[in-house]
Amino acid sequence: MVVVKIKDLPKEKFLLPGNTSCQGCPHALGLKSLGMALGDDVVLVVPAGCTTIIAGSKDKSSFKFPCLHVPFASAPAVATGLGSAFRRLGKRGIPVVWMGDGGSDIGFATLSGACVRKDDMIVIVSDNEAYMNTGIQTSGTTFWKAKTTTSPTGKREEKKDLALIMLMHKADYVATASVGYLQDFIGKLRKASEIDGFRFIHLHSPCPPGWGFDSSETVEMARLAVKCGAWILWEFDGKFKISSISKPYADKSKRTPLAEYLKKQRRFRHLSDEDIAEIERRIDEQWRVVLALEEVF
Amino acid sequence: MECMIAKPSKGSAGKTGLWRTFKPIYDENKCNNCLLCWLYCPENAIDVVDGKISIDYDYCKGCGVCAKICAKKAIEMVREEEL
Repeated sequence: MVVVKIKDLPKEKFLLPGNTSCQGCPHALGLKSLGMALGDDVVLVVPAGCTTIIAGSKDKSSFKFPCLHVPFASAPAVATGLGSAFRRLGKRGIPVVWMGDGGSDIGFATLSGACVRKDDMIVIVSDNEAYMNTGIQTSGTTFWKAKTTTSPTGKREEKKDLALIMLMHKADYVATASVGYLQDFIGKLRKASEIDGFRFIHLHSPCPPGWGFDSSETVEMARLAVKCGAWILWEFDGKFKISSISKPYADKSKRTPLAEYLKKQRRFRHLSDEDIAEIERRIDEQWRVVLALEEVF
Repeated sequence: MECMIAKPSKGSAGKTGLWRTFKPIYDENKCNNCLLCWLYCPENAIDVVDGKISIDYDYCKGCGVCAKICAKKAIEMVREEEL
């Protein structure tokens, strides 16, 4: 992948200041990177979520690109229609679906349909591991044992791996990214924009009020997740590759101790040493799968 | 129809600088112009003017991400009432 240099990034803002995002919001980091990566080629499609609020209200929009607000489960289906309209009318534009883990849980049927048809779009799931906008309820991607308002003693079910699901769904491009590594995310968006068909990026987005950490630590928390191996950066563009940032952490001795990441978050403060050991075991298992995929896929 | 279409505007939530408890104070002498604060400002409230950074206090919400990410410690978070 081409290295993205900070000094070469465009200075034009596509996410305007003074919007309603919380202090230290990871979606805001993701959305501004989207503008830096693809500029005014973006036509954003947003189902209900925090981003619906961030987009602004009444006559004021906080985005410089067009944005469509659509009913919850419909976002990829709307992008399918947009994509075919652009093609037939000869208009420039990339339909970009921006949704949270809620949108991808509730809208999984349309997501799956668009992927099967290889419809022309980029789907970004900005995953803060719970339904934050409605009050921090458990989602499909919430970590095992994480406290939410619907799992007050910790989530009992395993988290689903959305990016690997989309990989097995034969999407044309699949990647994981993190708001802790924006240059990597921008590089992946640019690469996705050069590939035709259905492209999917799973963006890890630590949420200060939802996870219970200080607003200044969003980037630090996202980086800790990668450094302790809990979030693995990889991409598939015909060949499955672990990204260079995550590569060193295949070696367990290079990883930051998991407790450092977990104990900084209110949602994990109740964990026992046995729980942490169990999470570590699950992370090791995840690495075995990803390393095996790099060999065979 | 035109009046129903939202237009790109700064401050769609008003002057969000009023949300601030801590204010980022920038020390130009410590800065090495790496622009990490500009890249990682979630509010997009940091501009680059002639290669130097400038913080838009009308909209900066005082999250503190810029101060945390700065390796040179050129940004310090100071409580508003102490200023």
